[in-house]
Amino acid sequence: MTLKALAQSLGITLKYLFSKPVTVPYPDAPVALKPRFHGRHVLTRHPNGLEKCIGCSLCAAACPAYAIYVEPAENDPENPVSAGERYAKVYEINMLRCIFCGLCEEACPTGAIVLGYDFEMADYEYSDLIYGKEDMLVDVVGTKPQRREAKMTGKPVKPGYVVPYVRPELEGFKAPTKGGEK
Amino acid sequence: MNPYPLDPYWMVALKALLVVVGLLTAFAFMTLIERRLLARFQIRLGPNRVGPFGLLQPVADAIKSIFKEDLVVERADKVLFVLAPLIGVVFALLAFGAIPFGPPGSFFGYQPWVLNLDLGLLYLFAVSEMAIYGIFLAGWASGSKYSLLGSLRSSASLISYELGLGMALLSPVLLVGSLNLNDIVNWQKEHGWLILYAFPAFLLYAIAALAEAARTPFDLPEAEQELVGGYHTEYSSIKWALFQMTEYIHFITASALIPTLFLGGWTMPILEVPYLWMFLKIAFFLFLFIWIRATWFRLRYDQLLRFGWGFLFPVALVWFLVTALVVALDLPRSYLLYLSLIAFLVLLGAVMYGPKSTRKPAPKGLSKGGGA
Repeated sequence: MTLKALAQSLGITLKYLFSKPVTVPYPDAPVALKPRFHGRHVLTRHPNGLEKCIGCSLCAAACPAYAIYVEPAENDPENPVSAGERYAKVYEINMLRCIFCGLCEEACPTGAIVLGYDFEMADYEYSDLIYGKEDMLVDVVGTKPQRREAKMTGKPVKPGYVVPYVRPELEGFKAPTKGGEK
Repeated sequence: MNPYPLDPYWMVALKALLVVVGLLTAFAFMTLIERRLLARFQIRLGPNRVGPFGLLQPVADAIKSIFKEDLVVERADKVLFVLAPLIGVVFALLAFGAIPFGPPGSFFGYQPWVLNLDLGLLYLFAVSEMAIYGIFLAGWASGSKYSLLGSLRSSASLISYELGLGMALLSPVLLVGSLNLNDIVNWQKEHGWLILYAFPAFLLYAIAALAEAARTPFDLPEAEQELVGGYHTEYSSIKWALFQMTEYIHFITASALIPTLFLGGWTMPILEVPYLWMFLKIAFFLFLFIWIRATWFRLRYDQLLRFGWGFLFPVALVWFLVTALVVALDLPRSYLLYLSLIAFLVLLGAVMYGPKSTRKPAPKGLSKGGGA
């Protein structure tokens, strides 16, 4: 401890006084997420609109938390749902069990399941935390409670985050972007 | 005879009320300002939820502290337990009235001070010293060993620093030849600020004032890591808030006294506006003390006492003797100007060219971590 060190330390804190705070007033301002944030899962589609998921259940096998349940069914050749022989008739993820590790994404042979950005999933009932296909396909905006609130208030879903860019694996997923281009 | 006009009693009472209300409001908002500033120093946002910019936070805090459960410890001395925070607050409030805020007659034709005592400085000392009774009685009456340890420690440090404080103030008093705060300000208006004549005394006084207000490098009463809560461990609710109030009022008073004694009070060589400069100077010192709190560490108890007795007191004594010599031999006062300049340059040199760290570099080859 010397006078010089004391004076220098005052300079350091003064510098911080005039710098922008790192904290975010979260519900009022969006959280800045990294592009590879592990949030709510997104079931992506091919550019022609067919689902990528072929119902192989490899994600369920890879899942360390046993959070995924897949029930496959044969595609109707005239009117296919997915690009393969089969598609996922039921695709459910229990968000209470999910640990957002991303191993399902690693295991997926077609790149159908990708971890997105939504994280505001807190809800009141266990049953509401089991997300089905209708909650996770790319066109869906927001989480279950967010969409419920949007329906009640009549306002669009307000996501609590921004990302610098949406990573390409999340094909077609709309997310608020700000700053930084890929 | 007293050269300063006297006010009618009703005016004095009104001004006293104004000072009390003003100080309590200032205390409430200082807590907010301090928390906001500390947050910004730590790159946070700070409390901003209650009202615009968090401006209603003090109101929320007040409501909370009033309606919290007011515990009185079984083994406490009931009377003293209630009396102690009151003593603290009352004597903290008393001190502020002696500080002049402008020239005579500038307060709507009345005087911009509550008290104008010939022994103004002595009065301030007596009153601020009484605050130790609040602290000590609080620790004693709590019937708890942590409170007692905390209060002993606080009163020991306060008394030690009071010596340095008083000694540092003797040199300006010798130069001015009066204890009256108005005289001191007027002298500075005529001859230039006392910081120019007594730079070391100013520095020592500022340091001792930090200790007196129990602010960061010397905030041992607050050392909750060691003392649970210090002397107010057993206090809760409004009584605890009263201690907090005492501390902040001391803080504000100290920030008002430093400019009054050393920086010309309400006077300013250029653009003289009676109240503005005083408030700006107070604000500057409040900011400085918060800045220091955001930056520096707390001294250990033995370091605190060693610094007080081993450095502050002797240096103050030497400077007092130098000033006394100049005054007694009737030497030109400009000698003090030169000596102050030398002291300032020595300090500047230590800050600019001093060694960066006294800590020895760690010997190579030792494994990282796990060191003492």
